[in-house]
Amino acid sequence: MSVVHTPAPTPVGIPLQTAVAGRRTRRRGPKPGRLALHGTIGILMFIWLLPTLGMLVNSFRPAADVSRTGWWTALSPTAQFTVENYAHVLAQNGLGQAFINSLFITIPATIIPIAVASFAAYAFSWMTFPGRDVLFIIVVGLLVIPLQTTFVPILRLFKDLGIAGQFLTVWLAHTGYGLPFAIFLLRNYMGGLPREVFESAAIDGASPATAFFRLALPMSVPAIAALVIFQFLFIWNDLLVALVYLGASNAQNLPLTVLVANLSNSLGGEWHYLMAAAFITMALPLIVFFGLQRFFVRGITGGAVKG
Amino acid sequence: MDQRLITALIVVIGVPGVLLGYIALTERLLTFTPDRLRTRLRPWVWLAPAIGFLGVFLVYPTIYTIYLSFLDKFSKKFVGFDNYVYFLTTNDTVTALRNNVIWLFLLTFFAVAGGLIIAILVDRVRYESVAKSIIFVPLAISFVGAGVIWNFMFAYRTPGQPQTGTLNGILGAAGVDPIPWLINAPGNTIALIVVAAWIWTGFCMVILSGALKSISPELLEAARVDGANELQVFRGITLPLLLPTIAVVATTMVITSLKAFDIVYVMTNGAYDTEVIANRMIKELFTYGQPGRASATAVLLLLLIIPVMAINIRRFRAQEAIR
Repeated sequence: MSVVHTPAPTPVGIPLQTAVAGRRTRRRGPKPGRLALHGTIGILMFIWLLPTLGMLVNSFRPAADVSRTGWWTALSPTAQFTVENYAHVLAQNGLGQAFINSLFITIPATIIPIAVASFAAYAFSWMTFPGRDVLFIIVVGLLVIPLQTTFVPILRLFKDLGIAGQFLTVWLAHTGYGLPFAIFLLRNYMGGLPREVFESAAIDGASPATAFFRLALPMSVPAIAALVIFQFLFIWNDLLVALVYLGASNAQNLPLTVLVANLSNSLGGEWHYLMAAAFITMALPLIVFFGLQRFFVRGITGGAVKG
Repeated sequence: MDQRLITALIVVIGVPGVLLGYIALTERLLTFTPDRLRTRLRPWVWLAPAIGFLGVFLVYPTIYTIYLSFLDKFSKKFVGFDNYVYFLTTNDTVTALRNNVIWLFLLTFFAVAGGLIIAILVDRVRYESVAKSIIFVPLAISFVGAGVIWNFMFAYRTPGQPQTGTLNGILGAAGVDPIPWLINAPGNTIALIVVAAWIWTGFCMVILSGALKSISPELLEAARVDGANELQVFRGITLPLLLPTIAVVATTMVITSLKAFDIVYVMTNGAYDTEVIANRMIKELFTYGQPGRASATAVLLLLLIIPVMAINIRRFRAQEAIR
């Protein structure tokens, strides 16, 4: 453990390199310590991957094999693989339609709250009005409201309006539920933009709307990108809201999550189908995550550290 | 025209059109108002959609739910605290409350401690970003997907039959009898919490890792030069500097534990004493048709969360003060 004993061989040239590289050289311990470190991290990575790996392998195995033997037996060279499970759930269990429903739900439920939040964040950041601070503190308080306290009245409201079970209901509900976080994140970012930019724009006669579309929005792209990815994944993965507003009233409009949760109950013994279905729900989030990981991480850190 | 095509058109053209149209129209209307009135009206024009949505979908229903929690199952007759008494004196619901307490302590501990340890470990190796991605990826997939994945990890068959579940497969290879992970209480609640920890550890790790990197390397180096060993450096410098961030992720995990729903719904649906408050609320509402009891359950959840809300607001005001 004694890092102190290692000589600090920082040659004169090295400090010019990144601070990260410098830290690493200094922290390098004796050989057995390094080995234990790599071993521990390796085991942790293995533990984290194992559950998903097992299911991925199984989703490509024939039904008979899945029910008789563990997925690890597929590591033998004689093992058979098939895409039959995927074909079956897409055609027979309505996964294809549910995939489209998920898109229909997710896209507007991402766009609307972020647009509405950016309007509000702009007002909170660059306009003065009585009650501004109190109003924003209410937004901070609303960040943690459990959705359960809203279900009964909102369900009745949708029923009275005659829109129960339509996509519109989840768009509206997700907008309301997603707004506190979106306003919070965007206001923190927009409020940090340089004041001079907005002052000189006003002097040059730009209206607030022009300043919003030409300055505030383009300059906030990093925060908006993070928020779009975050909200997209959040809605795509949502079970609760879709279950409450669509699940009970309209089987046609169910997204993937609700459908797979239902299948999980009804397909009890048919693991091979259930696993393929679960992977179909994960495909898009995984692509989005690995493609845009940096923005996603920035989104959650920005929200949580400041929250 | 196909219903799906109509929906797609609404999604792609209608929604952005309404949003941009709102600002264009209201700004146009504002130009007809006198100057002084305009500057006073304008903030409210930009805030109105947000206030509308927050009011209709969060504030109004929360207040209305509190009111409903004092009414009977038809939402007609006033029944006082009956719904609350029911919740606090029924076995199943008391179990749910107890389980949420277990969730609160264990999930917060697992995720924060796990995230901290992993953040510190991977900070010392070259493949840090790969390791972090692997730990973080469960957060990107749905909890439904995670539930299916782990149902299969925990899969159990009676002894003697071939075990296809990963964990019981490992036990079998070691010559140990299979364990019915999701059936035996209270171990099954812990099994569900492990699933949640698998998901949330990455979240804590990413945020703690960010805070860890903002600690000046010179400070740590100075301590080491003064002869402090790694443990002393951690306890004397790293940990105290990380405490505010640990508090933030811990509060997030507390809220997550209290709101725990998806994993329980998908994996056990509350069977074998694994019930939690959020799942119970959905059951009261849809399975038992008891909006009064469902509302009381939701209000209890809200009451548990209010202290966290107060902490968040205090922290926010402290941050604003130094902004």
